[in-house]
Amino acid sequence: MADAEVIQLSRSRPVSRSRCRATTNSGRPCRNYAVEGDDYCRVHGGDARRRHPSRSTPTADTLRTELTPKPPGFVEWLQGFVSRRLSGEYPVDDFGYDPELAREVLLPLAKPLYESYFRVRTLGVDRIPATGPALLVANHSGTIPLDAVMTQYAVATEHPQQRTMRNVAANLAFRMPFIGPLARKSGNAVACDEDAIELLRRGELVGVFPEGYKGVGKGWSERYKLQRFGRGGFVELALKTRVPIIPVAIVGAEEAYPMIANAKGLAKVLGFPYFPITPTFPLLGPLGALPLPSRWIIEFGEPIAMDDYPDDAPDDAMLVFDLADRIRDTIQQMLYKNLGLRRGAFF
Amino acid sequence: MADTKHRVLITGVSRFLGLRLAKRLEDDPSVESIIGVDLEEPPIPIERFEFVRVDIRNPLIARVIEATGATVLVHTNISSTQAILGGRSQMKENNVIGTMQVLAGAQRARQLRKVVVKSSSAIYGSGPGEPSILPEDHAARQVELSGYGKDCAEAETYARDFGRRRPEVDLVILRTQNVIGPTVRTNITDYLSLPAVPTALGYDPRLQFLHEEDAVDAFRRTITEDCRGIFNVAADGVVYLSQAIRLMGKVELPLLLPAAEGIASLLRSFNAIDFPTDQLKLILYGRVVDTLRAKEAFGFAPRYTTESALKDFRDRHQGELEPTPNMRPAWEMELFEYLRAKSKESV
Repeated sequence: MADAEVIQLSRSRPVSRSRCRATTNSGRPCRNYAVEGDDYCRVHGGDARRRHPSRSTPTADTLRTELTPKPPGFVEWLQGFVSRRLSGEYPVDDFGYDPELAREVLLPLAKPLYESYFRVRTLGVDRIPATGPALLVANHSGTIPLDAVMTQYAVATEHPQQRTMRNVAANLAFRMPFIGPLARKSGNAVACDEDAIELLRRGELVGVFPEGYKGVGKGWSERYKLQRFGRGGFVELALKTRVPIIPVAIVGAEEAYPMIANAKGLAKVLGFPYFPITPTFPLLGPLGALPLPSRWIIEFGEPIAMDDYPDDAPDDAMLVFDLADRIRDTIQQMLYKNLGLRRGAFF
Repeated sequence: MADTKHRVLITGVSRFLGLRLAKRLEDDPSVESIIGVDLEEPPIPIERFEFVRVDIRNPLIARVIEATGATVLVHTNISSTQAILGGRSQMKENNVIGTMQVLAGAQRARQLRKVVVKSSSAIYGSGPGEPSILPEDHAARQVELSGYGKDCAEAETYARDFGRRRPEVDLVILRTQNVIGPTVRTNITDYLSLPAVPTALGYDPRLQFLHEEDAVDAFRRTITEDCRGIFNVAADGVVYLSQAIRLMGKVELPLLLPAAEGIASLLRSFNAIDFPTDQLKLILYGRVVDTLRAKEAFGFAPRYTTESALKDFRDRHQGELEPTPNMRPAWEMELFEYLRAKSKESV
C-alpha cells in the first residue's frame, strides 16, 4: 500500500522554449533546448554545425534565389532558358526539384486554371511561417490531385515570401511516365517517412494529404466528408521533428471531377486504385477529362505547435490518434464553414 | 590502433580501385607495407609493396592473409562489369564466391584488426516508391534485386556473418555510388559515352555519381580513421539523366519502354555496350543515397559534386585534356595510359 503508484493526470509541460533542430547520431531529434537566438543547442550549435553537412543543403526557397534573375523581356528570357536547358546548366535539389522549370514554366501554366477557371480564393495564407519547416495537412478530393497543384500555386504566389510547398505523393505518381518526372521537378517527393522527415529537417514546407486514395477516389455522394486520416503517420512525423501542423481545407475540388461511379474492374486491369466515371468522362472522350469550372476556396488554418509534447510522444499511439482526430475535426469544420461562405459551387 | 602501423592487404590490386588505393597508401606514414592480391601483376611499380598472385576464389587466399600478417584487409574485388570477367556467371562467381572465400580466410587470421569490403548502392535497387534519399539502414522494399545488386547483397551477408564471428575486428562496408571519372570504365560510363544515349520515353531519373578520386579517398580514410559500420559514399548533389546527357554534349534518344529492353540486348550482342538489364531500372527511377553517416564517421569529404564529377569525366575522357607531366605525378600518367589502353582492348 505504501508504494502505491501515483498516476499523474496532467503531464507537466515545459515552458514553451524551442528545441534544438539538430539530429542526434541515433537519428532522433535532439532533446536539448536551443540556445537563445539560435536554432541549435550548445552541443549542435557553433562549430558543430560544420560537422553536420546536411544542414548546409539549400532549401527549395534558397535555391530559387540563386537562379539567374528573370529578364524583363519574354524573348530574352526564352533565349537564356533554352540555352540553359540545352547545356544542362541548371540546379536541381536532391529530391529533384527544378526551381527554374517549376517557377518560370509550370507555375505560369497553372495560372489561368487558378485565377480564371477555378477562381480560387485563398484565406489565411500568411499563417504559414515566413521561414522554417511546417507540415501542411489538407483534405484530398477530386479524382485527379488538382487540389495539390492548386495549393502549391496558392503558397507560391499568395504567400508574402512566395514559399515552395513540397508535397509527398503516392508512388503511383512516380511510376507513371511523363507525370513521374514532372511531379519530381515541381518539388514533390515520395509519400514515405524518410522523405517527409528529411524535407522537414531541411526546413521545407511539406504538404501531406492523409486521406490518400480514399480521399481522391471517393464518390460524389461522399463529397466533403473526410475519410480516415491514414494511420496518423503525419502526426508522428510532426512530433518527431517538432514541426507545427497547419490544417488546410480545400473547397471546390470535389465538383471539378464529380465521380458518380467507380469502374473497379477496369481499374484493376490498369493497375490504378480506382477508375472514375464522371458525368462527362468517359462519355465525351478526352474532352470529358476537362475539369468542371467549380469555384474554389483554400483556407490555411492556425498552426498547431508540436514542440511541447514529451519526447516519447511519437510512440504514444493514443496521443497520436487523438491529435490526428483533432486535426481532422478542425479541417472538417473549416470545410463546412467555407461551403457556407461559397454562394454556389460553380457561379 | 593508431600506435601500430598498418599492414594493408588489398584484393583486386590490379583493377582500377585497388591500384589507385595502393598508390595512394604508398607514402602514408601510418602504413607499414602493402600486400596486393590479384590474378595479374599491377602494371606500375608501387613502393613498400608485395604482390601475391592468387585467385580469390581459391581457398589458398586464407593462407595468404595469414602468412602476410596483414592487419587491414581491403576487399575491392567486387565488380559490376561483366565483360572484364567474362560473362554474368563468372561475374557472380567472382563477386559472391570470391567474397565468401576471402572472408572465410579472414576469419582465421588472428592478427586482423580491420576489414573493409566494397559494396555498391546497387544493393538498394531502384523503384518509384523508394525513399528519395536512401539511408544505410533502408532495405529494398518493393524492388527485387538481380545481377550486381544481388551479388552485393550476398557479399554483404557474408561480411555481416564475418562481423558476428569476429566482433573485435572493425568491419567496414562501403556502398559506393556509380563511380565515374577519367580512367574508370563501368557500364554507366560506357552508356554515357554512346553518341546518342537511349533513354526510356517519359522517364527521367535522378542520378548520383562518385568521382573515382573521392572513391579512393573514402577507402583510404576508412583504413586510417577509427570507424566501423556500413556507409554510403557518393558525391553531393544530383543530376537528371536528361541533364547529364546534355552536360555530356550528347543527344538523347528516347525509346518506348518495351523497345528499350530490346535495344539494350541488341547493343549487348554487338558488344557496343555492356548494359545489363537489371540496370534498366536505374535509368527509369534513379537512385540517390544519403552520405551523412560517412561524413560524420570518417570525415568523408568528396571534392567533386555529382555535376563536377560528370564534367571531369566528360573533359578528360574525350581526350580534350590529357594529363600533362607537370600537372600530375608520373605514376598517374603511366596508370592513365595503361587503363586507357586496357579499356580500348576490351571493347
